[in-house]
Amino acid sequence: MSIAEWLAKKAHIDIEPDKLDIPGDLQTKCLACGEVLFRKMLIENQKVCPHCNYHFRLTCSERLAFTTDADTFKEFNQNLESTNFLKFKDTQPYSQRIEQAQKRSGIKDAIITGIAEINGHKNVISIMDFGFMGGSMGSVVGEKFSLAVETAIKKKLPLISMSNSGGARMQEGIISLMQMAKTSAAIKQLADAGLFYISVLLDPTTGGTTASFAMLGDVHLSEPNALIGFAGKRVIEQTIRQKLPKYFQRAEFVQQHGMIDKIVHRHELKLTLGRLLEYAE
Amino acid sequence: MKEIIKKKRKKKNIMDFEKPLYELAYKIDELREGAKLHNIDLSKDIEKMENQVQELREQIYEHLKPHQIVKISRHIDRPTALDYIDLIFTDFIELHGDRLNSDDPSIIGGFAKIDSQKVMIIGHQKGRDLKGRKRRNNGMAQPGGYRKAGRLMKLAEKLSLPIITLVDTPGAYPGVEAEENGQAEAIARNLYEMSAITVPIITVITGEGGSGGALGLAFSNDVLMMRYSVYSTISPEGCAAILWDDPSQAPIAAKRLKITAEDLKKLDVIEDIIPEPLGGAHNDKVVTAQSMKRYLLKHLHKYQDMAPSAVAKNRYDRFRKFGSQNIKGL
Repeated sequence: MSIAEWLAKKAHIDIEPDKLDIPGDLQTKCLACGEVLFRKMLIENQKVCPHCNYHFRLTCSERLAFTTDADTFKEFNQNLESTNFLKFKDTQPYSQRIEQAQKRSGIKDAIITGIAEINGHKNVISIMDFGFMGGSMGSVVGEKFSLAVETAIKKKLPLISMSNSGGARMQEGIISLMQMAKTSAAIKQLADAGLFYISVLLDPTTGGTTASFAMLGDVHLSEPNALIGFAGKRVIEQTIRQKLPKYFQRAEFVQQHGMIDKIVHRHELKLTLGRLLEYAE
Repeated sequence: MKEIIKKKRKKKNIMDFEKPLYELAYKIDELREGAKLHNIDLSKDIEKMENQVQELREQIYEHLKPHQIVKISRHIDRPTALDYIDLIFTDFIELHGDRLNSDDPSIIGGFAKIDSQKVMIIGHQKGRDLKGRKRRNNGMAQPGGYRKAGRLMKLAEKLSLPIITLVDTPGAYPGVEAEENGQAEAIARNLYEMSAITVPIITVITGEGGSGGALGLAFSNDVLMMRYSVYSTISPEGCAAILWDDPSQAPIAAKRLKITAEDLKKLDVIEDIIPEPLGGAHNDKVVTAQSMKRYLLKHLHKYQDMAPSAVAKNRYDRFRKFGSQNIKGL
């Protein structure tokens, strides 16, 4: 094998978390470098690998804890839940998928919204959770996001959106597509009210979520190496019949093409948000 | 004989589910010729068979399955935006370019008149044959296409012209350059701007309404669908590949996703279904165009006397409500 071949092969190894050997509850392995890490220390380090700087994905409660001032968050519309209005069923009914995701995550759908303070700056915040059905956007995500924007307008507060989503929720058919329009329209109203909107695009943010409210921020932030794009990598590879480089659709790549203002290390994210919010006061 | 059928099928681009119909029709032709040649009276048999053809035709086309409608919506001979512009509008002046760095051939647009009414018309353009489809990327637009469309919509607003968009795309183009140039941003920006435009926007989904690529031209006051068009968050094939891990489940996905005009009318996502000739618009483009024209005029008329701010609010409210009724606890 030539060096070039070896590099090409190396560049396309995708790490599958399921296949990693995780020894018990106390320890875990870094998904990027494979180093064994103590869970407690990992959480203390905001789930960033101390060896290779890999940013683990967060649940929305972790994100909330790392980003907002303690005990300032007041949640909106906590109990909204989706229904299986199309009676959609793939290998299992949609209603069952929702139930399982709710049990696993402890939240009702892929987004939480509310009012919070970040380093003393009051704002309306929306946080998505990729762990809930791939953070997919259906009726509840669209509705809660729109209601949050409406509250921001009413209370004249800036908005922070932390998106983390694979795109539209197929199980809700066309209604999921309509959420793109609904959320984008909400952002237009926010802009017309003269309010500041910071969009943080987290790993991953793709499909209909990127092609709507996530790409409409006044300022776009991201974390290192976050996957941000419209079409899925596999779909593009099938279309152009070529393998894509590993850096494709990563935050650094997206920034080079003008779509991200700043890539921020997780340890700096709260501080950065606070500094930005100061300019809207 | 099989070869002849094959030839005929190729020429007419017959879809698999239409095959029995064309085979039977061919047999009748053959019988008729044979009867003439040998001077035998087969008129009774022929009449019987013709009745059978009619029955079969109704059976096939009146009960089309969603995945069969998908096939019609993608038919190579299906009329394109430029066909409809030729057949419905006059004085079309095509405008080009996104004013940044490109002119995407997958989306066309310009000034045109319907009867005497001046409008801005914008649409996906698939190409009229294989070569054209390649050049037009089969209607899969680049970011520049959406930006051109956005520019033309703002221009229409400035001149108080209603906007008509014709949607026919498998989806926005999934390519490297498209990602580099901000495909997601381009679509999002159109949704953002369209939500507040003060002239009426009327959309017709003419063939494939593929996901965000379709919605990027369809944030409209009224959305109409041709009888054999589809509108979906994801293609049935894509959905089957992801949710079933098996692309051959596409026909089931097509059914469950609710993507036909009839299903979407029931879901209140579209305002009207535009009739087409039995079997599809490609069987009679002129009749189809006349049918579309009637509906366009009807829907343009609806907004004729509405104040600009009310037009924008009407559109905003239309989309604000989507999904709300499906939520528990609201």
